[in-house]
Order: sequence, then structure tokens, then C-alpha cells
Amino acid sequence: MPAINVSKALDQGHIQSQASRAFDLAEVPLRELNQALHSLPPGSNETAWEVLNPKGSHSVAVGVDQPITIDVRGSVGYYCGGMNDGSAITVHGSAGPGVGENMMSGSITVKGDASQYAGATGRGGLLVIEGNASSRCGISMKGIDIVVHGNIGHMSAFMAQSGNLVVLGDAGDALGDSIYEARLFVRGKVGSLGADCIAKEMRPEHLELLQGLLDRAGVTGVKAAEFKRYGSARTLYNFNIDNADAY
Amino acid sequence: MCGIVGLFLKDKSLEPQLGSMLSQMLISLSDRGPDSAGIAIYGAPTGNEAKITIQSARPEQDFRNLDAELAKAIGAPVTVNVKSTHAVVRTTPDKIDEARETIQALHPDVRIMGAGDVVEIYKEVGLPEAVVDRFDVRSMTGTHGIGHTRMATESAVTTMGAHPFSTGADQCLVHNGSLSNHNNVRRELIREGMTFETENDTEVAAAYLSSQMAHGKNLGEALEGTLSDLDGFFTFVVGTKNGFGVVRDPIACKPAVMAETDQYVAFGSEYRALTKLPGIDSAKVWEPEPATVYFWEH
Repeated sequence: MPAINVSKALDQGHIQSQASRAFDLAEVPLRELNQALHSLPPGSNETAWEVLNPKGSHSVAVGVDQPITIDVRGSVGYYCGGMNDGSAITVHGSAGPGVGENMMSGSITVKGDASQYAGATGRGGLLVIEGNASSRCGISMKGIDIVVHGNIGHMSAFMAQSGNLVVLGDAGDALGDSIYEARLFVRGKVGSLGADCIAKEMRPEHLELLQGLLDRAGVTGVKAAEFKRYGSARTLYNFNIDNADAY
Repeated sequence: MCGIVGLFLKDKSLEPQLGSMLSQMLISLSDRGPDSAGIAIYGAPTGNEAKITIQSARPEQDFRNLDAELAKAIGAPVTVNVKSTHAVVRTTPDKIDEARETIQALHPDVRIMGAGDVVEIYKEVGLPEAVVDRFDVRSMTGTHGIGHTRMATESAVTTMGAHPFSTGADQCLVHNGSLSNHNNVRRELIREGMTFETENDTEVAAAYLSSQMAHGKNLGEALEGTLSDLDGFFTFVVGTKNGFGVVRDPIACKPAVMAETDQYVAFGSEYRALTKLPGIDSAKVWEPEPATVYFWEH
């Protein structure tokens, strides 16, 4: 048997495509896909998966907890990759509401646009939107990193607790309303800042952090110094007796 | 929840397929609302007739001799085309108001779904597929249309509570959301002389637009007014005789996706509704912005 140059074959996608397990949602119900993903034992050799004809289906590849790759060939509906814990999902299309909701770890890349509340409540991992994200991107984020190549809509990072939201384009109104300790980096214009969200100084450690995020998200040709940082003014943290009349 | 769809054709060669395209779009959103469904289809104008779509719980009784009864009463030719619980009454445009009044006088239990030169409206309790089959919507031709599948929140699950709502000639509206100031707006519109068939919030939105357009505003200007005068959650899709419009409230939590090609403009609550449209893979697909009016006219 001739020796195979594995790394070269991988580069050309040969071994990857031979070994990948494909589910065509035009033929197979979504539940079969998700059950197959959920029943993967730790250390399984089935590490490359492909989903064909999603055609806006909801809940594609939710709750995956193994370090596999999943390529979704087309656009998805609600909650794609929700609760993802360790897999690397790529959506070769656009995503409906709630992509990567409550992600724990791993990564999700959306080649197109994402609808509202992308990455909501996410606790870890990396969500990359290569197009635009809609309203409420990163709402209540709790540790996830989100990188959006385009713009984000209004009320993004509402009550964001921790993690990083990076926006190469513009942000809509009320960015970071009632924010806690998440860091927001925006390269373009901000429609308006929400309550208790302020522009902050970009210190060396932030530039370093941001450059790391841009590198991980595969962003090239953009410098960390082009961004502004926003975060909490921390005036809503504690009850203020001077505001007693307002309650 | 609710699911809404709309399709505005630019390419005349697709007109024979309007009913089947819109039906397929609506059926794909069935799980957004199982209570009732409805569709409004705008047919090609003929110039010498107007029509009223009516509904009856006892169609055999109410529709049996309606053509002869009406023709005699208004002194003009009348045709009545019965489709299940609905019927389309056609007569000359100058006699349409008289025909409407006569129907209501002769058959007080018959409900008016809508009237105009081109629009036909079919809506009933049940899933979209059942409603589409019942009225043979797939075979209908037309220039544009809108549809709705309902998960009721604001008023009862009845035929009259189903969308689309029509409150003016060739005007109708479908809505995903709920309005909170509809009682106030309804009172103001009643004072202006508008009449209402239901307690439904969406009927108020339809009547608001009809009132604005009756005061000389165009579709775009009327839709703009909803942003300041209506309070609540809404994505509206609206049809007029030659127009098609979309607007979302500033919070925009009700989902919306649009697609445009050289052949059509399409709206769906979700992308699922658009996946079988011709050329969708190369269409411009986008989420309509909050508090932004979109409209097209033939």
C-alpha cells in the first residue's frame, strides 16, 4: 500500500471529504441529524460532518458536545449551534435568530448575515459573523467572544456580563445598555450608547486582547488601533439612595 | 407567534403562478400558527368590474340565489362565484357599494371579507394547507398577494379574527405582533366614521392605514404614520391595488426576511418561506430594518 501524504491530502480536502458524514435534510429529518450528533462518544473518529439543504431549518446542530467540525451548506433558521460545547460549526449561508445562543465553547462561523440575538447569553467559545448581525447581538453575553465583520443592530450587548464583542462596521442604537463587564470594540460609528455604557480608553492590554481576537477570527488588514472601546460606567451596579424617588 | 408572507411580482410571466407560490410560502410557516389562515390575492384589473368577497356559515342557503336577488335589487348584471364558505360577487364598479349594502340587508349573517376592483380574500379557521385547498388558492393568478397563519393572542379564533384584514377598497393587511393602544385608536377612527367588524387589534391597524390613505397619503406615508401612532409590536405587510409595503416597529422583535430579484419582491417571517422561490440562491436577501418603510408599486 503506497504511503499517503496525509497533510497534503487534508489540504486538498480529500481525506476530509471522504471521512465526513453527510446529512441531507431534504432526505432525512432534522431529529436524526441532531440525535446522531448527540450520541457521538468521546474520542469518536467521526470528526467531520456536513449538513446539506438546511433551507432555513431551526435548531440545526444544537447541543453538540464533541470537538468535531460541522459544515452547514446553506442558510439556517432559529438557534443554529445553540449550546455548542466544543464543536466548530461553519454556516455557508445566513443564520436566523439566536445563532450560537448560550454557546459554551468551540466556534461558530456564519459566512453570511445573522438575524437578531446572535450569541445571546453565550458563555464561551467564538462566534464569527462574516456579514452583518441584526439587533440584540450578544444580548446578556456571559463570556463568549463575538466578532462581526459587518454592522450590528440596535440594543446589542444589552446587559452583557462578560466576554468580548468586536464589530468591524457600525453599531446601532443603545449599544451596551445596562452593561456589566463585557468589553465592546467598535471600528465604525455607534448610533448611540445605552444607559451606563461609555467610551473607554484603549490601553495596551486591550489592543493586545483585540489583536488576538481579530487573529482568531481570521480578520486581516484591520488594525486593533482602528477600534474604540466601550464598557460599563458602573453607575448602575449598586442601589443609589439619591435615586430612591425614582422607584 | 404568527407567520406572514407577501409576494409582489415584477415579472408578468410569473402571474399564473402567484397563487401556488404564495400558498407554498404560507404552508412552509404552518408551525408559526395553527389557528387560522388567510390569503389575499390581487388579480389583474379588468376595468369594467368590481368584486366583493363574502363569507357565510351557511353558504348553500345564503349564496343559492344571490346572483338573481342582487341583480334584481341593484339593476345591474351580477355573477356569484362560490368557493366553499366564501363567494366572490362581481358587478359593475358603479354598483359595488349598492351591492354591498344589499347583501348586508338581505343576508345580515353574511360577512364581508373585502372589496375592490382586483382583490379577493379567503380566510378560515384551520391550518394553511387546509385553507389553501378549500379555496383552491394554488390555481389563482395575480400580480401580488399577502398571507397569514395565526397563533391568536388578542382576540378569539374565528373566521373574522383571521387575517388579512381589509378596511378599504383593495386594501388589506397582515400583522405579526400585538398592539397595545388599539382601543384608543379604534375610538378615534370610529369618530371619523370608520366601522369595525371585530375587537381585533390588527383590524385597527388596517383601518388606520385606510384612514390615512383616504386623507390623501400614499402607502409609504401611511406606513410611516404607524411608527408614531401605533404602540406595540408589529411587522405589517400591506397590499393595495397596485402596491405592496412592509414596516416593522422600532423594537423589531417580530422576525422578517425579504428577498428581491428582477422577477419579484418577497417577504417571509422566516427564510424557510422563501427557499422554494425561483432564483432565491442568487436573490438579494435581507432583514428589513426597524422603523423603516419599504414599499413597491406597479
